Amino acid sequence: MKSLSEIETTSKRASRAVGFSWGVAEEVGKSIRLLELFNFPGIKHLNKYYQLKDKEKLEKISLIKKDNKGQKLSFCPITLGVNFLDQSRTLEIHKKCTFKKIAYPILFLPFLSRSSEVIGKKILFKFDNNEFLLNYNVNIFSNYSKKEFPSIAENVEVTFLDNEDTFTDTEWKNLYKLSENTFVEETDSLKQSAAGAGLTDND
Amino acid sequence: MNVELRDPNIIMKLSRLGSFHQSKLSFLRSFLYEFKDWDYKRDLFDLDKDGFGVVVYSFKKRERVYSLICFANKIKDDERSDRVIATKWDAAFTLHDGVPDKNDIDRLKKEVPKQEVGRLSYKELTLSRANKSVRVFDHVVESLSNGVQPNLELLEKVGYLYRTTAVYGSGKFGLADRFRIKNRKEINGPFRLEMMLVYLVRQFTFDQVNHVAKMKNPNKAVKLDAKICKNLGIGNSTGLGMAPFIVNHPTLLNNWILCRETALKKIREIKNVNNEDSILFKNCVRDSIKNITSWNTESEYQQKKIKHLLNDVRKFTDFVEKKFDFKKDYPFNEIYLWLEKETCDECIEYIVSIMMEPYNEIIEPLIKQMSSEEERYFNIPTDRTTDELRKIIEKKYSNILSINFKKEENFKKFWFISKNKEEPRLADRFEEQGSELEQPLAIARDIKRLHDKLTLLKTDLTIDKFLIDNSDLRHVVRRAFIIEKFPYSEIQDNTISEKIVPIDMLRLKLSFFGALKFDPRSDKWLRICMFQGAPLPEELKNYDEQWVYKSHS
Repeated sequence: MKSLSEIETTSKRASRAVGFSWGVAEEVGKSIRLLELFNFPGIKHLNKYYQLKDKEKLEKISLIKKDNKGQKLSFCPITLGVNFLDQSRTLEIHKKCTFKKIAYPILFLPFLSRSSEVIGKKILFKFDNNEFLLNYNVNIFSNYSKKEFPSIAENVEVTFLDNEDTFTDTEWKNLYKLSENTFVEETDSLKQSAAGAGLTDND
Repeated sequence: MNVELRDPNIIMKLSRLGSFHQSKLSFLRSFLYEFKDWDYKRDLFDLDKDGFGVVVYSFKKRERVYSLICFANKIKDDERSDRVIATKWDAAFTLHDGVPDKNDIDRLKKEVPKQEVGRLSYKELTLSRANKSVRVFDHVVESLSNGVQPNLELLEKVGYLYRTTAVYGSGKFGLADRFRIKNRKEINGPFRLEMMLVYLVRQFTFDQVNHVAKMKNPNKAVKLDAKICKNLGIGNSTGLGMAPFIVNHPTLLNNWILCRETALKKIREIKNVNNEDSILFKNCVRDSIKNITSWNTESEYQQKKIKHLLNDVRKFTDFVEKKFDFKKDYPFNEIYLWLEKETCDECIEYIVSIMMEPYNEIIEPLIKQMSSEEERYFNIPTDRTTDELRKIIEKKYSNILSINFKKEENFKKFWFISKNKEEPRLADRFEEQGSELEQPLAIARDIKRLHDKLTLLKTDLTIDKFLIDNSDLRHVVRRAFIIEKFPYSEIQDNTISEKIVPIDMLRLKLSFFGALKFDPRSDKWLRICMFQGAPLPEELKNYDEQWVYKSHS
């Protein structure tokens, strides 16, 4: 088994070798490490992409908008990923961004995961019938189950989820009420003596 | 009194970093301190009459066990080489997480002796190999088998029976990634398990030499005297492989230096130094002179440095013993100011290290701060602006910005990774091929380039917009935002200059390891000695913390 350190170093060097700058190559190294840590086939898809990179021209998006459509080609997942990560704070205001055709979409995934941590919001990544919930770069929840990842995602949606509770007020209140059963009712004597601060702290 | 931390523009110069010495903060000393109450055991000793076979040692505390597995192999004299191109070694080692079973040992027997071309697993933590100092080893075997102790003069000259030629950890060749073990309390300092490996290898060398001598002449052989063992360490040959490490781990470098600087600041701020502490300090300085006078090297560069160091330490001893009164306020501050005025860099850093000796209460908490969660500082704050970035660079890299990179001498060298051994190398870009594959280690040049670009900008941009057209500078944009928070994260020097002395980079790292007797064999590699004078495993539970200054007593 390869260690994550080996995965990161080799991905970084390979990315530099195919023409990305060292700074971008560092980002790819971290991202592939993350994919493999979460058990996604990062090395496999990076390899597929780099084996075809000379033959398969991809569009390099720079400034990301709400809706993004390439001129003719699919978007390069790495250039898109790095720019998305860099611009995530400004993209957040759109609530949702769409992309037509992203090549090797799994390679875009770790950049979204890291963006989720940067902006402090969960991000939902949807394409075809696949959904990925990026939870602050702590984990990735998905309905993807061991099936082959596509080499192109046709219609992609990236949604910034508002920080909202997943439960109702009633559910919370019921649970809170139960939790109160661990509290002790304070008598007058306890009120006088059990708190750390004095009662005359406004003199 | 508030003493300022020393200026990174002075301390982070390569010539200064290349003058650092071991101290109480050094990793091999903090390793011994952490593991002093662990149970040491030799679990397996299966060597043939010539000393070839398998040996296992362990450190155990409650449920946690670390086991060193040693494989001693027969090699021909002409196969023995310290160079990284070697493929066979007298012995190979791995530190295993837990107690190895027979399957583990069988598996590792096939892989560990192959080193870089072998495959380890997440159950192994570090990997190393070592060669005998044949002259010393054979002499010791010969002497012991004849019932006498070896010639001390020869032992003192070399200082070890074996020298390691590489120690690997942190995920290399399939070894466990650091994240698997980083939360263990006993590993709260850098390179702790690498230090454990080297320490146990030292014990292996004594056990092996005793065994071979005994097998040679069972009736007459004696054991190597424990006092002699104690004065032997483990040698190490180190090349450029470790130089880029300190560039590639900026927050870690910062934490090492910051802890050293914080220790010095706190010691200088002590108003009244008690008698016991001043005596300990003076004794350590006095005892340490033996470490300088027994420091052998053929390197003229190092001989010159040692000569200056010895002169200055003697001058300092004279000053502190005869002219200095420790009863005055802030004595260590006064001593430090005297050193700055009167002595060379090598001596200043030497005495700074010794100042730490009396102060466990200052040093121990700092040791716990010497690791780094590097991932936390990797993301670039792209909502910041180019104006802010330019100001950071002007403040934090002021000396770097004055280097003229149009002059050939200032960008003559380049760092690359060798295809043969996947190891870092340094070459002349005007004489050798390959500079188009240069590694991103020319930080000074790239920071200057970034600054030039920022200065030409007509409007203030957010960093995300700047990076769209300046991807080639992304690696140094990241670094500039790191140095804003971590003042000692960057070498304030030109690592591709014609005049660069790469062993300064090695020396910095090795001093934090706790190495002694740096012996440069060229400007690109050196030999050192580790654990010379250190307590033997059986003595760990109660040892003299200042052993490092007493190895010849």
